[in-house]
Amino acid sequence: MQRLVFKHLDGKYSSVQKPVIAGVVASGNLEILIEPSPHSGACTFEVNTSVTGFDATWKAVVADFHQAWLFTDTKVSINDMGATPAVVRLRLDQAAELVATSKSSKLGG
Amino acid sequence: MNSFLEASARQRIEHILDPGSFRELLRPELRMTSPHLAQLYLPVAFDDGVITGEGLLGGSKVLIASQEGRFMGGAVGEVHGAKLVGLSKRAVRQNCTALLLLLDTGGVRLHEANAGLIAVSEVMRAILAVRAAGIPVITLIGGSNGCFGGMGIVAKCTNFIVMSEEARLGMSGPEVIETANGVEEFDSRDRALVWRTTGGKHRYIMNDADGIVPDSTDAFRHAAIGAINAYRSEKMAAELTLEALGDEHALLQARIDKYGGMADSTSIWTAVGIDDASTLPLCDIDRFLERVNTVRISIRNRSLHMLTFN
Amino acid sequence: MAINLLNEKLSWRSQQANRISRMQRAQETLGLALSGKILPALEIVPLLHSVLEPGDRVCLEGNNQKQADFLAESLRSVDPQRINGLHMIQSVIALPAHLDVFEKGIASKLDFSFSGPQANRLAKLVSSGKLNIGAIHTYLELFARYFVDLTPRVALVAAQYADRQGNLYTGPNTEDTPAILEATAFKGGIVIVQVNQIVDQLPRIDVPADWVDFVVEAPRPHYIEPLFTRDPAQISEIQILMAMMAIKGIYKEYEVNRLNHGIGFDTAAIELILPTYGEALGLRGKIARHWALNPHPTLIPAIEAGFVESVYSFGSELGMENYIRARPDIFFVGPDGSMRSNRALCQVAGHYACDMFIGSTLQIDLMGNSSTATLGRISGFGGAPNMGSDSRGRRHASAAWLKAGKQGRQASGQIPRGQKLVVQMVETFREHMHSAFVEKLDAWQLAEQASMPLPPVMIYGEDVTHILTEEGIANLLLCRNVEEREQAIRGVAGYTPVGMGRDRRVVENLRDRGIIQRPADLGIDKSLATRDLLAAKTMKDLVRLSGGLYDPPRQFRNW
Repeated sequence: MQRLVFKHLDGKYSSVQKPVIAGVVASGNLEILIEPSPHSGACTFEVNTSVTGFDATWKAVVADFHQAWLFTDTKVSINDMGATPAVVRLRLDQAAELVATSKSSKLGG
Repeated sequence: MNSFLEASARQRIEHILDPGSFRELLRPELRMTSPHLAQLYLPVAFDDGVITGEGLLGGSKVLIASQEGRFMGGAVGEVHGAKLVGLSKRAVRQNCTALLLLLDTGGVRLHEANAGLIAVSEVMRAILAVRAAGIPVITLIGGSNGCFGGMGIVAKCTNFIVMSEEARLGMSGPEVIETANGVEEFDSRDRALVWRTTGGKHRYIMNDADGIVPDSTDAFRHAAIGAINAYRSEKMAAELTLEALGDEHALLQARIDKYGGMADSTSIWTAVGIDDASTLPLCDIDRFLERVNTVRISIRNRSLHMLTFN
Repeated sequence: MAINLLNEKLSWRSQQANRISRMQRAQETLGLALSGKILPALEIVPLLHSVLEPGDRVCLEGNNQKQADFLAESLRSVDPQRINGLHMIQSVIALPAHLDVFEKGIASKLDFSFSGPQANRLAKLVSSGKLNIGAIHTYLELFARYFVDLTPRVALVAAQYADRQGNLYTGPNTEDTPAILEATAFKGGIVIVQVNQIVDQLPRIDVPADWVDFVVEAPRPHYIEPLFTRDPAQISEIQILMAMMAIKGIYKEYEVNRLNHGIGFDTAAIELILPTYGEALGLRGKIARHWALNPHPTLIPAIEAGFVESVYSFGSELGMENYIRARPDIFFVGPDGSMRSNRALCQVAGHYACDMFIGSTLQIDLMGNSSTATLGRISGFGGAPNMGSDSRGRRHASAAWLKAGKQGRQASGQIPRGQKLVVQMVETFREHMHSAFVEKLDAWQLAEQASMPLPPVMIYGEDVTHILTEEGIANLLLCRNVEEREQAIRGVAGYTPVGMGRDRRVVENLRDRGIIQRPADLGIDKSLATRDLLAAKTMKDLVRLSGGLYDPPRQFRNW
């Protein structure tokens, strides 16, 4: 297991009103919880992954996701079981879509 | 039509309950995760693989639990089990209309050993308490893990079991039987044999399941509503009494006497009186019910086979 | 000056004489056990002892589907003191027995095409010196050499039935048999056939008895691998996204009507969304009409939806027999109604008559070379290189071929010419986070370890026209130079080290020029890439769509 934390301070939209969750912790898959983190001024990512040694990959995927959505005052928590970057990005976008449509917890994958 | 099999545990709840009515208890952001998995450096899930909460089904208040089969095979650990127990106690306290269990599990989570085993036995006791309080417990099985191990027993402790043909129900899983008794006894890689023996159609014919539906969340929803209605109109028949247990035991004994020597379920289906039994597995559910409903095994005094789930 | 005429010294009939002496030895050994051409299974090893000679070139039929497994096991049982140093020529090394003969010294040299399941052991035998590889071929190349310099002395093949005269019915899985027998029977060789059953009346005659010397009824039917069955339940959303890009960005763009698909879930996903996504784009009757392809079960929905007009096959697929029989408008069937396949002819069809090959691979380098060889495994090529290469001999035109040719030769001043579309479809990371994109192929190191003259490249970069990943499509035809080509490949290599090594500015420029296309550039909404797009989600769906005619092998059934 490896824990990675990334923090982005250049977000613009604090649109996360209530927690949303996407995905499932299963082989080659992951779950993503996006929660409001009021007044933090940041979008923080906490990744717990079963596959170690891909720090640079996570950093790049998370940075690209952040650039696409620019969340602020937000916490993104990830439980990963060996998902490929393609799956990670797909789930991140699915979770962010849920935030955008401001629906409550749903969706799997 | 939404596939129940393909849906996630959360999606299943959304499709089964009245739209928008679900309120989750112990939501993921509370992070009630497994302490055991963390100690073993294994990934945890924010809901520990089971989603619990309350909502409306056909306008009636129900409590519901849905296991996520893809997380650790839906297996029951300490927290997961405690959530099921807590939900059952809440059902009694609130005197809700029904408790729905959407099971998709291989049984106890081996990583949590004794804690998991205790959790499953506590779930059984809690379920029986719900039944004793006059609240029906309805099990829906339609996930890829089926329902095995201790949770297979839990399912049989409930009032109604509804399965899809893709679902399976049993005590020991196929691999366990093969390991213990040899491949001659049960070839776990013969998928057709596995489903013929533990799948929804066979369980329905043998009266191990009370209802069978196509793999659609809509069909499961209607079956659950049908089960609640049946419970209301025939309360006594579905209740847990000494007499009912005696009937059930008599039926099991009769099943062993009649079919115990048969090596394959198709022989049993033929013996039960189903013509052209080998064509049964590919039948769609409507046609299947036409062919088996008049001959399937059923219990005297228990008219659940007359349930219409429509 | 006198010419030293050869015919003063040698007979022109030495091969025939040698054949006659082998046949006489067999007669003497088997005696009354031989009834015409038919011998009992127990006599097979004595037969092999009498007709084989040390150093013979022996063609043992075995490909990625059908195996002459009884004959393979019998060959393993011959006495290495009497029969040794054989030169095996065979399409595929698949069974343990195929390598046991090298372990025991019965054989010493091998020319082949593919060795999937035995790739590790093969590499070990090579390094221990017990097995000497002549060359690793493509199927078509190996068949070609049967008629030039690798003509078999003895052929050991499999058929479904023989009649009492020795005529053969090879049935749906005819596959390699015609090519092998043609080369052996007409060059003085000896043909031994294992059959599943000897019958009075054959459904049809696929091989005349004149080409056959000995027939043995094997104790059990020959093995057939269901190699092309893919369970739709295992197809992922990422594969569906890639399939959408393939259909919209390539099939539609180039009006691809004649094609071959590789084996695997990536292309199975394309087959399964033709009737949904393809239909929604209005592409029925406009793309994917004619196929050189094994009867993939995942093609059933597209066939039933009217997308497919014809399918010619290398071999058959277990469980598809009745479906094929009921769809003679689509498949090639004999007068008896059962399918006819022929690997050599289908490879030719795939090479010359198809406008596109699309398939997966394990590794792609910065030039677009791709290989399925990884360290410690000598796996070979099979048929992919025949499909996945531009057919430079081709002269007939089609819209897809012309468009690809025009793109590839733009502004070069070359004479107009078409080009085959060769598409490599890969997820940037395979399972266990192995990158599909590498700076240098493992094939180089493998070539060094096994002393091969060439690194085993499956598809050469110069033939690859498009690389498709979940990140987008790179159109290599439009790249003007090597540097652009490298950046185009990096530009779809995602978060792999190769992908992260891209020059972002150049990649954006390539995107502006349409050389790289992202899903959004193609007008594809990624959130629509769900399993709901699959025309069949389960094996049972495939069976139902086939009207109950498809009968999957039991390991694929859950009923």
